[in-house]
Amino acid sequence: MHILIAIASLGGFALMAGLLLSLAQKKFRVEGDPMVEKIDAVLPQTQCGQCGYPGCKPYAEAVARGEADINHCVPGGERTMHQLADLMGVEPKPLEEEPTAPMVAFIREDECIGCTLCIKACPVDAIVGAPKQYHTVIADYCTGCTLCIEPCPVDCIDMLLKPELIEHWAWPLPETERARIGRERKENHARAA
Amino acid sequence: MPALLKRLGQALGWMPAGFFGGIEVPDRKLTANEPIRDCPVPDVLILPMKQHIGEQCHPCVHIGDHVLKGQKIAATEGYVAAPVHAPVAGKVVKIEEHRIAHPSGLGLPCIFIEPDGSDKEHRYDPLPDWNTRDPAELRERVRECGIVGLGGAVFPTFIKLVRDQHHPIKTLILNGIECEPYLTTDHRLMLEHADEIVRGLSILRYMVSATECVIAIEDNKQDAVEVMRQAIVRAALSGVRVLAMPTRYPQGSEKQLIESITGKQVPAGKLPVHIGVLCQNVATARAVYHAVEHGRPLTERIVTVSGEAMPRPGNLRIPFGTPVRFVLAQCGLEDIGDGVHVLHGGPMMGERLRSVDVPVVKATNGLLALYEGQIRGLNTEEQPCIHCGHCGEVCPIRLVPNLLADHCRNDAFERAEAYQLFDCIECGCCSYVCPSSIPLVHYFRYGKGQLAQIRRAEAFAEESRRRSEARERRLAREREAKQARRRARKASQSAKAEGGET
Ligand code: SF4
Ligand code: SF4
Ligand code: SF4
Ligand code: SF4
Repeated sequence: MHILIAIASLGGFALMAGLLLSLAQKKFRVEGDPMVEKIDAVLPQTQCGQCGYPGCKPYAEAVARGEADINHCVPGGERTMHQLADLMGVEPKPLEEEPTAPMVAFIREDECIGCTLCIKACPVDAIVGAPKQYHTVIADYCTGCTLCIEPCPVDCIDMLLKPELIEHWAWPLPETERARIGRERKENHARAA
Repeated sequence: MPALLKRLGQALGWMPAGFFGGIEVPDRKLTANEPIRDCPVPDVLILPMKQHIGEQCHPCVHIGDHVLKGQKIAATEGYVAAPVHAPVAGKVVKIEEHRIAHPSGLGLPCIFIEPDGSDKEHRYDPLPDWNTRDPAELRERVRECGIVGLGGAVFPTFIKLVRDQHHPIKTLILNGIECEPYLTTDHRLMLEHADEIVRGLSILRYMVSATECVIAIEDNKQDAVEVMRQAIVRAALSGVRVLAMPTRYPQGSEKQLIESITGKQVPAGKLPVHIGVLCQNVATARAVYHAVEHGRPLTERIVTVSGEAMPRPGNLRIPFGTPVRFVLAQCGLEDIGDGVHVLHGGPMMGERLRSVDVPVVKATNGLLALYEGQIRGLNTEEQPCIHCGHCGEVCPIRLVPNLLADHCRNDAFERAEAYQLFDCIECGCCSYVCPSSIPLVHYFRYGKGQLAQIRRAEAFAEESRRRSEARERRLAREREAKQARRRARKASQSAKAEGGET
């Protein structure tokens, strides 16, 4: 008899808890995968495809599924790699490629034939132009992804170094022995990990 | 007991409250007794398009144009900005990038003017009857005349001169503290132009309708205190006090001065106006007087040219755009030897100049030539922190400099920010007292710069994400529309085909 009461009451509890949980899951359901969103938030959004995926979002999805490693985003550099390692709870890995200096595309307008192919390639709509008109790059929006270089049939797009602005200049670390030692120790640590 | 009496005096308002932290520095005011003298006009003046905090100006003259003294040569539509005026009459010979006094050694677009020796001048309408005019009109005048805070912060002055219903200004403080060693520009200005400063004070007071005014001077300038008191008596002003404050660095910093005088702290991230205080430098007040009563824009300033390595130190009235090399030559420093360094600004907060081919700008309050042995950062090696806590005791913002520096050094910028890195005013007190010679302020500048870059990168990423998502949506819409068209065509074709059969 006692055993039956125990089974019934425990079973009842379990049923209630199960119902509550399933209700809660319905009610507080999160749209999309929160991990993908979190990863996407720390990617630089250059949309360059150097990670081997067609953009930052697909790479974020691949990382969240555990398919892709955390060290493939080239423009993000070390900082992004560390952030991804933190998010995924894995050890940091050395980067395969160093990020280059920030670039911006420039169209030599007198050579442009107005084919609109570069507009179609640009992932952030940073090129303006119309068929058979000169095209130009809005430098403030260009992420420097180089995707517009390939499609141009007359090869009139150059990648230029982003000009250094005095307002954006930042102080370097002090050149003292201790600063140098600290830096080296950190780098060794990262390499060992 | 004396401490208790002092606290009592402070509580009753008889004694200035003082501020937290700070240090005593040797004052080395070599030029305190040197009357202001005019610097001759050089062969060419170089006027950078940005001499203030805020947005950069654009030239509104062309190469070859003839300009008058006081004519506006550059301006911008931006709000936080101050236009630039020609300091002499002459011809615009070039507009191109030129090196400015900046730690990066980078340049800015500059207008080059060759003086023609005439003194043809452009002036705005004098407004001697300012006390019958609308404060908004006076504010526009201050803005048009390019006046910025001349204590060294170069923040556009007109922005602070508002009558705000929610934050009425009660106290107007004129800052004659000049706590940096060597510098004596405000000191000489008060001795020689006290009446003009007091006129400027009256104008400022009228503009913001402040009820009480304080002129704050450190007690190492007793002569200036006397002169200002007499000037106030001459002007028959009421409600103006001249306070002799105990000398302590960095009392001249706005928030520290306010804490010293009113005993109130400006909360982090807030402005003095939020606690009903307006603070202006004495030289700024004088510039306001000239702009309003004489219609003269800001085209020159007093600069202390001093330092142990300067043969003939002095206080010079220098038109903006004068090359520093030319100014140094006026004081006998023709060629700068190996062991000598030139500082732009005071020894605590100034910058070591990489080149003396930069122009004097609105921010230049001092040019110091010092021997290498006097510059600490060049002679000492950084040692490990011994956690003595001296840095925290002297920090006027009550930060924990040793921890902050650790976080910056280890690139833990977010943590440094959580420790209020951005509240640091870079006064240099912590570096000054550190027994281990840690260049703390340099670490903070590094940290601030890196954080600013990270923030910019994040903002850019956000913008790019927005644009790329907008593009995805547009492409999807286009695909959809195409398919819809195709379906419609198919439907109409099959309808036609059926129609043909029957
Ligand atoms: S490499 Fe980085 S920036 Fe480029 S698409 Fe991949 S995740 Fe985005
Ligand atoms: S303009 Fe070219 S380089 Fe710049 S974002 Fe567009 S495709 Fe990339
Ligand atoms: S003063 Fe220097 S040594 Fe002392 S705690 Fe601060 S940083 Fe460390
Ligand atoms: S430089 Fe910054 S941290 Fe150092 S004492 Fe001044 S305010 Fe404090």
